[in-house]
Parts: sequence; C-alpha cells; structure tokens
Amino acid sequence: MAQDDHSGTELAAADSSHAVQEFAGSTGTAVIPHDAFENPGFEPHRPRVTDEDPRREKRAQRTVYTLFYLSILGSVWAIAAYMLFPIESNDVGAVRLNNMFIGLGATLALLGIGFGAVHWGKTLMTSAESIDIRHPISGSEATQQGAVEVFRQADEESGFSRRTVIRNSLIGALLAFPLPAVVLFRGFAPQDQIPVELLSHTMWAKGTRLALDPSGVPIRAADVTIGSAFHVIPEGLIDLEHGKLEEKAKAAVLLMRLDPSELNETPDRASWSYDGIVAYSKICTHVGCPVALYEQHTHHLLCPCHQSQFDVANHCEVIFGPAKRPLPQLPIAVDDEGYLIAQSDFTEPVGPSFWERH
Amino acid sequence: MSTATTRSTTPAKRSFTAGASEYINDRTGIAVAIKGLGRKAFPDHWSFLLGEVALFSFIVVLISGTFLTFFFQASMAEVHYDGSYVPLKGVEMSVAMASTLDISFDIRGGLFVRQMHHWAALLFVAAIGLHMLRVFFTGAFRKPREINWVFGFILFILAMAEGFTGYSLPDDLLSGNGLRIIDGMIKGIPLIGTWTSFLLFGGEFPGTAIVGRLYTLHILLLPALVVALIAVHVGYVFIHKHTQFAGPGREPTNSVGPPILPIYAAKAGGFMFLIWGVISLIAALFTINPIWNYGPYDPSPVSAGTQPDWYIGFADGALRLIPPGWEFVWLDRTWSFNILVPLVAIGIFIGLVVAYPFIEAWIKGDKREHHIADRPRNAPTRTAIGAAGVTFYAGLWAAAASDLLATHFSLTMEGVIHALQATVIVGPFIAYFITKRVCLALQKKDREIVLHGYESGRIVKLPGGEFIEVHQPLDEYERWRLVSYESYQPLMIRPNARGKITLGQRVRASFSRWFFEDRIAPVSKGELESGHDGHH
Amino acid sequence: MTRTKRRAGRRHPLATVALLALGLVFTGGAYAALSTGTVAQAEIDPNSQQTIEEGKKLFQANCATCHGLEAQGTANGPSLIGVGAASVDFQVGTGRMPMQMQGPQAQQKPVQFTDDQVKQLAYYVASLGPGPDIPADHLVNGGGDAANGAELFRINCAMCHNVAGAGGALTEGKFAPPLTDVSGVHIYEAMVTGPQNMPVFNDLNITPEDKRDVITYLKYLQDNRSPGGFELGSLGPVAEGLFIWIFGLGAIVAITVWITAKSN
Repeated sequence: MAQDDHSGTELAAADSSHAVQEFAGSTGTAVIPHDAFENPGFEPHRPRVTDEDPRREKRAQRTVYTLFYLSILGSVWAIAAYMLFPIESNDVGAVRLNNMFIGLGATLALLGIGFGAVHWGKTLMTSAESIDIRHPISGSEATQQGAVEVFRQADEESGFSRRTVIRNSLIGALLAFPLPAVVLFRGFAPQDQIPVELLSHTMWAKGTRLALDPSGVPIRAADVTIGSAFHVIPEGLIDLEHGKLEEKAKAAVLLMRLDPSELNETPDRASWSYDGIVAYSKICTHVGCPVALYEQHTHHLLCPCHQSQFDVANHCEVIFGPAKRPLPQLPIAVDDEGYLIAQSDFTEPVGPSFWERH
Repeated sequence: MSTATTRSTTPAKRSFTAGASEYINDRTGIAVAIKGLGRKAFPDHWSFLLGEVALFSFIVVLISGTFLTFFFQASMAEVHYDGSYVPLKGVEMSVAMASTLDISFDIRGGLFVRQMHHWAALLFVAAIGLHMLRVFFTGAFRKPREINWVFGFILFILAMAEGFTGYSLPDDLLSGNGLRIIDGMIKGIPLIGTWTSFLLFGGEFPGTAIVGRLYTLHILLLPALVVALIAVHVGYVFIHKHTQFAGPGREPTNSVGPPILPIYAAKAGGFMFLIWGVISLIAALFTINPIWNYGPYDPSPVSAGTQPDWYIGFADGALRLIPPGWEFVWLDRTWSFNILVPLVAIGIFIGLVVAYPFIEAWIKGDKREHHIADRPRNAPTRTAIGAAGVTFYAGLWAAAASDLLATHFSLTMEGVIHALQATVIVGPFIAYFITKRVCLALQKKDREIVLHGYESGRIVKLPGGEFIEVHQPLDEYERWRLVSYESYQPLMIRPNARGKITLGQRVRASFSRWFFEDRIAPVSKGELESGHDGHH
Repeated sequence: MTRTKRRAGRRHPLATVALLALGLVFTGGAYAALSTGTVAQAEIDPNSQQTIEEGKKLFQANCATCHGLEAQGTANGPSLIGVGAASVDFQVGTGRMPMQMQGPQAQQKPVQFTDDQVKQLAYYVASLGPGPDIPADHLVNGGGDAANGAELFRINCAMCHNVAGAGGALTEGKFAPPLTDVSGVHIYEAMVTGPQNMPVFNDLNITPEDKRDVITYLKYLQDNRSPGGFELGSLGPVAEGLFIWIFGLGAIVAITVWITAKSN
C-alpha cells in the first residue's frame, strides 16, 4: 500500500546514520535532509554536590535514615491508633478519629519509605546512566526465516492446508461449540416471564388506594392542599412478600394539587384528575430516574439525573432535556370514604422507552 | 535480551549477598534475568512515571479490595440494619448495603481501607487517562508500540468497568440510581435492549441478582483480565524498551537512563510508596462515597446531584446534552435516539482513540521503528487533534456536572446545558485551530533560538550609538534538543504499478495534506551557517 | 533562585509548583468536630394588642410597598392574608424578606430585623387570617427519631436538597438551598408553608412528629461531621473526581517532577 514516495530526487532515501540502517523500512513521507545536524554525543558528566562535598553527603545520608526511622514511627503510630481509638461507642466522631489516626500513621510509614528511598537514589547512588542498545523488534532475518520454516513444516506434517475437508469441518465445529453456552444465558432471568408483559403493567388497578411513601397510609383528597406534593405508592405495596422494589420501581407516583384553573387538561383526560389533584408516574421516561423535583409555582417537574423537565400543568409534557415522552398520568378518583383511588392501571408502560414499546 | 553497557563500575558484593544469591540462583536460574535486566536503562522524564502511578494505585486497589471481600456480602436479601450508625438503625436494606456499613462503622480501620480502595480506584483510572495523554502527545504509540497502545486502551476500558461494577456493589441510593440509568440505557438499544436488561438484572429491575453478578465480575473476571493485560502491557515495555526524548547521545538505536539496579529501583520503589502514602493521606482525611448519607436503594427517592464516578461522567454528560424529542416510533417499534446518539458518538470517539496509531501510520506511510518521543509541538496536527479530542471529552465530562455548575456559578441549568452543547460541537474545532497555531509558533520560536541564540538580557551600545541585545548562541547539546526531530511533507499522488490512481491514494493524500501542509522543518547545518552570517 | 544558564541539571521549573501543591495537600491536620448550639427564643406574647400594633407599624414601613398596606397583595407581591406566622417568621427570619430585587427566587441575606421584630411582624400577619403557626419548641429541638427522619428526608426532600442537605439546582436558575446551617424552626416552617417554589408538606402528609424526626436527622448531620473526614461539600462524585484530579494526581505529578529532576 505505502510506496516509497520520496526515494527520489530531492531527498536522500536513507540517511547515512546508524539509526536508519538499523531500523530499515519505508520512511513514508518523512523528510530526511542531507545536512541535518549530527548528534553531538553525551554531555560531560556533572557531579552533584553530594559527590563533591562530604558534608553534604553526610547530610543526605542523615536525611535518608531519618526518613526511614520516621516511617517506623508511623507504623507504630498506626498500630497504636488502632488500639487507642476504639469505635465501639456508636459515635460517628470515634470512627472519624479512628480513620484519621490510623490513616495518618500509615501515611507517615509509607511516605517515609518513599521519600527516603527516592532521596537515597537521587543524592547518594552513583549517578551514571546506563546505555542499552536497541535491536529491531522483528529479530534477525535468520530468526524470522526459522519461524516461517517451523510453520511451513508443521503445515506439511499435519496436512492442514492439504486436507481441506478436515480443516473446514474443524472450523465449523469450533464455530458451533460456543453456541450452547449462549443459550444458557436465557437462564439469567426467570423462564416463565416475558419482559414486555412485565413492563406494560404495574400494581395499580381500579380502586387501589393511593398511599403515602414509605408508611403506606392511604391519602384522603382533602389532605392534599394546594401546592402540596405527596410521594405515593399503591396501598398494599409495603405488605408484599416478594418483588416489593420491582413493583415500587414501576408504581411510584407523585401526587400534586394545583389550582384547577392552572391545569390545562385535554378533554379526554379531564376526568383523570380530581379537583386539581393530579397523579403522575415518578419514573422518568428518559432512563428511569425518579422525577420528583416539583416546583409549586412554575409547576415544573425536574429530573435530577439528566435534567429533563416536565410541565405538570400541561399533562407533564417535556419542556427541556433529553426525555421525549410526557410522564404517564395515573387516572384518579375518590371513593366513598374520601380516599384517593386509581381509576385503573397506567394506560401506557411507565419508565424508560424500550424497543417493543409502541 | 540485550547486552547492556554501563558507564559506571559495579559495586563490590558482600559475602552474605553472594551466598544468598547463589542459593536462589541454583534453584531458579534467575541470574540470566538479573544479568539481562538489572542494568537496563530506563529513560528519565517525569511524564514517563504516569503509567507507574496507574500500576501502583492498582496494587492498592487489589490489596485493599481483598481486605474488603472478607467482610462484604454480595446479597440483595433484605435485612433490618442494626449496626452503629444511628440514622439508619432499623431501616430495611440489602445485606450488601448493611455489610458495607459494617465495614465502615463496626470494623476498626475498615472505613480507612474502604476509602483507600475507592480513592485508589479513582486515581487508577485518572492516572491511566493522563498516561494515555502522555503517550498520545509524544507519539509514543508509533511502531513498534501500536499494539501496546491497544492493550493499554483495553485496560482503560476494563478499569472503567471495574470502577462502575465496584460503585454499584454497596446497593446504596446513589449506585442504585446509577444502575437504573444503565437499565434505561440498555432498554433503549434497538432489538436486544429489553431482553438484555431483563437477563442482566435477572428479571425486572432492580431484582435481587445484579449485585451478586456484578460482584463476580468485579472481583474475579475483570481483575483477572486487568492483571493479565498489565503483565502483557509491562512486558512489552521491556521488549520495546522505553521511548526517550531527543537529547545529546540519545539515538534511535539506544536507550539511555539510570540503570534499573540500583537507581531506577530506588526511585520507582520509593515512588510506589509515595503513591501509596498519598492515597493513604487522602483516605485518612477525605470522605469518599458516604453511603450512610445516601441510604439503601429504593426506586422512589433520589438525591440532587446524582452523578456517576468521574470516569463514567462523560457518558452521563452525553445523555444530558441531547435536546428534547429525539425518540420516534417507527415500524411499530421505539427508536430511542436520545440514547443511541450518545452511545454511538461515544463509540466513535473511543474507536478513533484506539485506531489513531494505525490511522497516523497509514497517512505517513512510515514503516520504521520510532523510539524517540516527539515533543508535542513538533507534531502540530497530532497535538491539535489531541486537543480537540480532549475538549470534546471535557465538554461531555462537564455536562455530567451541569447542575452543580449551575448552582456554584449562579447560572441557569438550561444555560449551562446550551453552552456545553455548543462546546462539544464547536469547541473541538476551536481547540484544534488554536493548538495548531500555538505549536507552529513554538516551532518557529525554536528555529529562531537555534538560528540566533538566546536573548541574554545584556544590552550593548555599539560605537555608532545603536543599542543591541547580545544573543547568546546555543551550545551543541542544547541545539541538538531543538533540531533533532523529523518533519513530514504532504503525500504526492503517484500512479501505482498499473498506472492507476486509486481512491485510497486520493484519500490518503488529502489526509496527508491536512496533516502536513503547515510544516516547519528543523534547522539544518547550512541554514545555521548562512543565518549566522546574515544577522547579528 | 537565579538562573544563569539554561542547562539541564538546574532545579526543574515545576519544582516550586510541586512543593506548593504538596504543601497544600498536607495542610489537612487534626481538627475537632464542631457542634452548633440552638438559639434561645425571645418571649413575645403572640396575642397581645401591643405585639400586633408594633408588627403593623413594622409591616407598613417595610413590607407594604409590595404586599399592600393591609397585606392584601399588589402586582409586586402576593397577599399575605392567611399565610400564617410561620411563613413570615421563615421569610423574614432567614433574611429572604424584605426582598432586595426580583429574581428567579428570593435570595438569603443578613436578617434585617431583631428576633422580637420578626415575631411582631409574624403575629401581625397571623392576626389577619388563620395560617400555620410558629412551631413549638419540642418539635424543633432535635429530640426525635433520626432514622425515621432520614428515610422521610430521602423520600420527600433529598431530590432537591441532596441527601446530605447540600442543596441542588432547580429549573431556570432557581435552586434548593443547602440545609447545613438552617435552624430547626426554619426547617419546620419551610415544610408547612412551602416558601418560593418548594411544595407544601402539610401535617397530613408529614405529621408534626415526622417533621420533628426530619429535623432530628438534619441536626444529626449538622452535629456529626462525616466519619470519613472532610466532606468536600457533600457534593458526591463530582467533587470527589475533581479532588482526585487536582489534588491527588496534582500531588503525584509534583512528586514525579521531583523524582526525575536532577539532583544538584
């Protein structure tokens, strides 16, 4: 693919330097001028003060062993702190002291070794530099030929290229054998459940009372004053033996009361609210965070995760942020005893969009 | 391995050392390795230590994590907390959450280890990021190191996966909402999304399986992969030998630096303890992930300022920047472009990151090995592309903190989002342009210095009354640092063997023009001589 | 530090920065947990004619411009009839009222009146129509159940005010303020009156005992510093991420510069 684009007239194909000969290969579009500077070679070695001044050397030595002794002190301190700062008193302050003093001891122990070792290396160890010679990574021509020969011979002896039926059937077998493992992944979730079914229904049903989260106490319509926001779960949720969080993750609702004159309700959903009281799913239609930041004057609902904003006064339509769909509304009514109840389940799946949703 | 020549004398051995090493060598044959590696040179530059930061913080993560596994229980069974922390007493929570609280409040030093683990994890990923930037901007990914760039990149992805799985384990409110977001994102993927989420969570979200599953990934599969890849990655550093910056005596064919034994060992060994010390200091004094504030996961509550750990921030930010309405029902199916677009954009971005070495090599057509690290200014286009990438990433990253930016700088959250949308789209181009101009200007300045020397600050009055500043010429060592780089020129389209100009050639030529149109060649000997005569 | 020659071997130019950064990281020493006491309340008779008269005078001098001479409301300010003493005590007692200027929401500033004057204003407004009263001391002294309060706080409050009460952003430049040094009385009053855009949490939503528990939890947070050390503003992963990049990695880069700088 890459041609030697400049092995021509105005530029030298390869410099005379050692470097280019050692690592032969196309230089591509690199420009290699004729009269480049040459490497001047190593700079003269400059001794450090600790090489020349014995007193400075002594001092460096003192610094190094002092640091190592400090490290030992730190270790002792950390062990002592473990014993001297118990946390069994149910007091957060004790935990704070325990954490801090064990940690500071360990810090001293570690930093003492670290600073000491580096200082030793920098000031006292002989400062001459090593020089390694690099060789091409590919190895010598003979080695490469040898490797090719090994493969050729192995192919010859096994007949891998010749016996095509054997080879191809092996490839087929190798492709097929992981497939059973893929099937096993179905067992990751219960066999008797279909996700789309589950996503389409919640615990809400006709007549389910709206109850307070987390106490489960049912809510009367009269309790909900204008400007209020109630965090709601279906009655009976807290008594569930299994799947409480799964149900809550779909059924969580925010109940708000607005001045009825401020609600712009479409005619088909006018009966879904009760005297300015509206109930909306709390689960964001974007990726499912609880949308619960209610502003009582602007009637905005804000999701704290990705800042989608919904307008409660207009059926929770999206006014900002990445969400597309309005929050699903829970149709509510009031029963004989004055408690708020659901008219039905949500009329659409709640929460994030999914492929089969339509 | 290589034959190492040194310029220093080997220290005399003491008899105990001799005896001990003989004992060990008789049983292991380790002398071959010691002789081969012990005096290998390791080039010295502060930025060459960044990979070690990642390595050493990973060791902290590994050791502290092992301690935590002795106490943590990855179960989502519900219990009533009865530990020491008063504001959670009697609260229903998962065993995972309760055992994490016990580590924090009922095991002496447990909180310290937990904080070490989490802080070290943040540092681990941050150090990998900085290390990648260093490798990118110095061109240390060029042949023969392209494959090691890929290994390093995979390590970065694995580190993020390790981080996210670990973040989710305590089953607290913050991480639970993080998983909720992951669930929502997975569900938005066409065709497979719904079932993938269903299988991952073992049924409906949140289910009772996810913590246990993530735990297996977090402490078994992912660490095994990370350890194995680190071994390969570091092994390649030995095989390739480290790159070095241009300098006197530094050739493409050698590697110059302090020998591994003793100086490099002392410095790197000491450095390891220093990093551990810094992590320990931070863990001793600064709270991280106070799950006792977040409380147990419950799908109903959420906290203001719900964010992932920093390394997932760019993905979260990408989700936040999508304008309203990017979701459609088509063919009776839901197409969530508000999720797909961020996923695809991030996919393309990280795809470009991993592919960059191969792209640059193709454009240049340069098949030689490169062991001299570039100064970023000497590869202006690459540096500018890097700056554009950093700007794009930083814009997404900042978007994950849009709410905090709004409150802390008294802005509106809508304004912050709009500004960051602009940053992510326009910012990379501006960053590219500015960086490229700065690089070219710096190269010009280098040329100027090579040709005319430094301004010495000494003002001299000439006999004619004119004042001039004396320029101090460079010595040959300093000059070498400034002139020893290679420049490339745009590819000229040539017909191939069959006399045709292929499309590939044309594309390559236009890329090459983009890369190398503006190039500033290093000063040559001839230029210096004529330049000297011409001026002061 | 004078530099005569640009040669390797001098101290690295970043060394000073490195030292400074290191110093900054180390300047976290030992410190003790702070605790804040509760402020005693002045005794003012809510029903005496004198209190109401004083309040009316204060009202007409300071509030009537926006709220009208009889607190009936104007174009610039809502009617205060029926908002109750709690609302006035909160708005004036936290310095939100009198408002300096119209904005996304009333900003907190130094309180303009003495405690007595605030109470006089409050009882004057309370005399105009029934509304929530200033809570009794036993409801706001932090003697409740912190665990119950914490759970209620997470469900009803944390989405705006953050789980640790650090505050958070709302739409269009509004924000939920931090609760880290708000008194129990004001927290209680805010819940019953719903100031600004905050929803109302009436006594049937969160009972007075539950409100006491919420306040107890917030007091617990105020009185007990985080067991892990400095809280970094309790802002969560963003603050943690910034900290590890700036101070953690910053300190370590400073160390790398020191390690590789040639020794003199």
